[in-house]
Amino acid sequence: MHNKTLIELAAGLRSRSYSSVELTQHFLSRIQQHQDLNAFITVSEDIALQQAEQADKKLANDDGGLLTGIPLAQKDIFCTDGVKTTCGSKMLDNFIAPYNATVVEKFNDAGAVMLGKLNMDEFAMGSSNETSFYGASKNPWNSDTVPGGSSGGSAAAIAARLTPAATGTDTGGSIRQPAALCGITGLKPTYGRVSRYGMIAYASSLDQGGPMARSAADAAQLLQVMAGFDTKDSTSVDHPVPDYSADLNQPLQGLKIGLPEQFFSDDLDQAIASVIQAVIDEYTKSGAQIKSVSMPHLDYAIPAYYVIASAECSSNLSRYDGVRFGYRCQNPQDLEDMYTRSRGEAFGAEVKRRILMGTYALSAGYYDAYYLKAQKVRRLISNDFKQALSEVDVLMGPVSPTTAFKLGEKTGDPIQMYLSDIYTIAINLAGLPAMSIPAGFVNEMPVGLQIIGNYFEEAKLLQTAHQYQMVTDWHQRTPHGFE
Amino acid sequence: MSLTADDVKKIAHLARLGIDQQNIDNYTQDLSRMLDLMTQMNDLNTDDVAPMAHPLDQQQRLRPDEVTESDQREKFQRIAPQVENGLYLVPKVID
Amino acid sequence: MEWEVVIGLEIHAQLATKSKIFSGASTAYGAQPNTQACAVDLGLPGVLPVLNQEAVRMAVKFGLAIEAEITHYSVFARKNYFYPDLPKGYQISQFELPIVGPGHIDIDVDGNTKRIGVTRAHLEEDAGKSLHADFQGLTGIDLNRAGTPLLEIVSEPDMRSAKEAVAYMRKLHELVRYLEICDGNMQEGSFRCDANVSVRPKGQQEFGTRTELKNINSFRFVERAINHEVERQIDVIENGGTIIQETRLYDADADETRSMRTKEEANDYRYFPDPDLLPIYIEDSLKAQLKSELPELPAAKKERFMSQFGLDQETAGILTSTRELAQFFELTVEASDNVVKLAANWISGDLIGALNKQSLEITESPIDPVRLGGLIKRISDNTISGKIAKQVFEAMWHGQDSADDIIEAQGLKQITDTGAIEAIIDTIIANNPKQVEQYLGGKEKVFGFFVGQVMKETQGKASPAEVNKMLKQKLKK
Repeated sequence: MHNKTLIELAAGLRSRSYSSVELTQHFLSRIQQHQDLNAFITVSEDIALQQAEQADKKLANDDGGLLTGIPLAQKDIFCTDGVKTTCGSKMLDNFIAPYNATVVEKFNDAGAVMLGKLNMDEFAMGSSNETSFYGASKNPWNSDTVPGGSSGGSAAAIAARLTPAATGTDTGGSIRQPAALCGITGLKPTYGRVSRYGMIAYASSLDQGGPMARSAADAAQLLQVMAGFDTKDSTSVDHPVPDYSADLNQPLQGLKIGLPEQFFSDDLDQAIASVIQAVIDEYTKSGAQIKSVSMPHLDYAIPAYYVIASAECSSNLSRYDGVRFGYRCQNPQDLEDMYTRSRGEAFGAEVKRRILMGTYALSAGYYDAYYLKAQKVRRLISNDFKQALSEVDVLMGPVSPTTAFKLGEKTGDPIQMYLSDIYTIAINLAGLPAMSIPAGFVNEMPVGLQIIGNYFEEAKLLQTAHQYQMVTDWHQRTPHGFE
Repeated sequence: MSLTADDVKKIAHLARLGIDQQNIDNYTQDLSRMLDLMTQMNDLNTDDVAPMAHPLDQQQRLRPDEVTESDQREKFQRIAPQVENGLYLVPKVID
Repeated sequence: MEWEVVIGLEIHAQLATKSKIFSGASTAYGAQPNTQACAVDLGLPGVLPVLNQEAVRMAVKFGLAIEAEITHYSVFARKNYFYPDLPKGYQISQFELPIVGPGHIDIDVDGNTKRIGVTRAHLEEDAGKSLHADFQGLTGIDLNRAGTPLLEIVSEPDMRSAKEAVAYMRKLHELVRYLEICDGNMQEGSFRCDANVSVRPKGQQEFGTRTELKNINSFRFVERAINHEVERQIDVIENGGTIIQETRLYDADADETRSMRTKEEANDYRYFPDPDLLPIYIEDSLKAQLKSELPELPAAKKERFMSQFGLDQETAGILTSTRELAQFFELTVEASDNVVKLAANWISGDLIGALNKQSLEITESPIDPVRLGGLIKRISDNTISGKIAKQVFEAMWHGQDSADDIIEAQGLKQITDTGAIEAIIDTIIANNPKQVEQYLGGKEKVFGFFVGQVMKETQGKASPAEVNKMLKQKLKK
């Protein structure tokens, strides 16, 4: 059952081959069986079974939609009413969310079943899942390596077939990079496409929630539920939601693919470059036109990103003060002590680094040099993308400079860790949609291909990805031990 | 671009972040290196560039002036560290 | 050494919206703690702000009323600092691009009009409240108020005396109530004032160091606090000291200002545009629409009352001090068939006096304009004297009857029948020869005795004018 696609599972439920309760129990036992993967922070067994029962009733009446009765899991960054929501942090280890994120409400309305909350880097800050208070999740392809981050638990759980699909969030690559490292499909939508209400904020102008699954077709199903205007989110865009599955099977006629020069420099690892090239050749075979595009400001994406993200997060995380919820230190001497010790004891090192960095960048005398400068660089980078996408339909390139690295390999050097975002980060600055799909293997570890589209062209991205997945089977490979 | 331990202490205070004395140097080093990374942006001339605060070129939507929320105090305070008589309690604030 | 005082005021007016500026929780005053603090107000993880349309409209109306520029494109910014009544650890406010640009307010002090510049006005959210009462060394936080919309109105440092400051504050207070954007209730904290005060030797161009006075919640306190602070500053300087830029709290009981210890460290607020909100665009069409919706403003109404009704400045000022009072006056004038002078006198005198005694607002007046107008008509047409009218007024205050009904029921009609009055006068003159002699002998005051006697005889109902006329005549011999 765990190797079936969402569409197959939905069909199975409709034809009563199995019930939602059975399906749910199947995944719950797999989760239990593979606890050492550490993909889940919370397994919501009781809730899942309740929801499955409800779904079965609906299915019996031929009610509901495609996701009715389908088990899914939520990255632990989405608030789930009555269920622990930790954001991978000690600060929220005791936080039972008193409301549902809009995305969660939508899945509930669609009749999906929530298996649990998935592991992640603390407050979404990280590229390996190693900053999680709950310890890193392991990459199912090699348990000595990282699953990527910050949606590491989501990627690992999907690759290990512990859940058919899951939600993730992406601020600098946090859906795409773990998807690439774990050999699954992930999509970061256009900024404003998916509601951020209830999605715990890291960097408000960069964060976006999106689907992670084993194929573009499955991802399309999830995006269909997640996308849409939300009056509770001022940055949500009132743009019509198309049927993301409608044109998946349409062949790509003369697709124009742009390859950013800066992505294919000599710095790109040869082996990974070969894998990417093979994918591009495949597209060429089906009639795509390839064009090299120059994006001269791309090299400045990392500094611009880190200034903006840390500035915004330093402010977003001020609410964690031990007053109304979350961690409060023992026996505070006075108010100052309560603040400094609660935050000092409950935030991890990476979160602290970014808060400090952001506070500095916004402080008196430095605002122009850092924050304002970064926002200007952001515009230059955005313009590069707009220019490029006016000449081609989609852009393609690598997702990660390496395959999954070893646990502990980069934790000693934050800068090294930041540089693993080199291919994904610029896209968040521009707010464009992008996907990572399995493209092959290097040393038996997955490699992802990044596809970048124009604003609100997720359907085109999914179609482009799906067409490739129709003639290849990288996305169907299973890590050893999880068949 | 180097920060001193004093700089870091000041920033940590602004952010109300408790940092152990033994870790100050590590943070100072890490932050200095992060700043070096950031200052790479100075290579770019951005004199005539407008800053971009949002990827969207949109205006703020307005909400009608209606009361839509009801009293959920009990639910919200169930997860609070310390409450009494409906008030959140914190160590005394000295004015 | 001659000193000049320089004062600027920062006023925070709570906007009278039903819901909060960024959430749908109620803004009603007096609710149980934390029963009007929703998830957004509490700053829970994951919540987001959405802007209240009415707050924007109210801010624009204010800007139009003070003839200010309305910024076409304005931005919300985060003001970052830590305090338990500030749930998110930042206040959503406006920094570089406030919604209202420079404007002005004209004040009248000692018969002179002075124009006070308004630098800007911007929208922001209010914080919650800290309660320092007994909680064994702990402070209780109530976040009901968190998220209530505020309009922060900043004046230029154009005021040169506490009197001018109070006049400005009063003008602003009147204006926001006229516009119905704020109820101006200072006890409830809907209209708060901070004053920036400095002194400099007369003739010096540079400003002296200023201190900020906080916690002033009445017009009287503003005057006292400023005067006290001015004295203190002059004292310090004349004794060789320097003024420290700081925030001081006004202590009404001790009538002094005290330094606020915690504000000594300069706060670096690290302002930056709030990424959860988008810029507000104010279209010209909205400005035009709101302009057409503006009520007649106090200054214009006062001018009109002076020209249309022939009232003097002071009376016109009193009658236009609130929109409701002005309306009451105009309705009364109408109901009395245009007896303007009496209407003005009765409202600004007897009615307001009676209302104040019972701490009632004009909107709570037991006598409505129609009934009052009726009373005034009867004074004007001589049915009753002014003195008797007071009796009728009293009866009207405690009941629902019209003036006519009361006059009828109590038989209070003025006696104007000259024959009847003459007869009574004759009798009194005949019965009081001694007083007649005294009067004719030059004691003018005795006239009052005769008037009194006639009034007693007629139970006050004789027309005083007639009585006076006749008595004078009859006593001339």
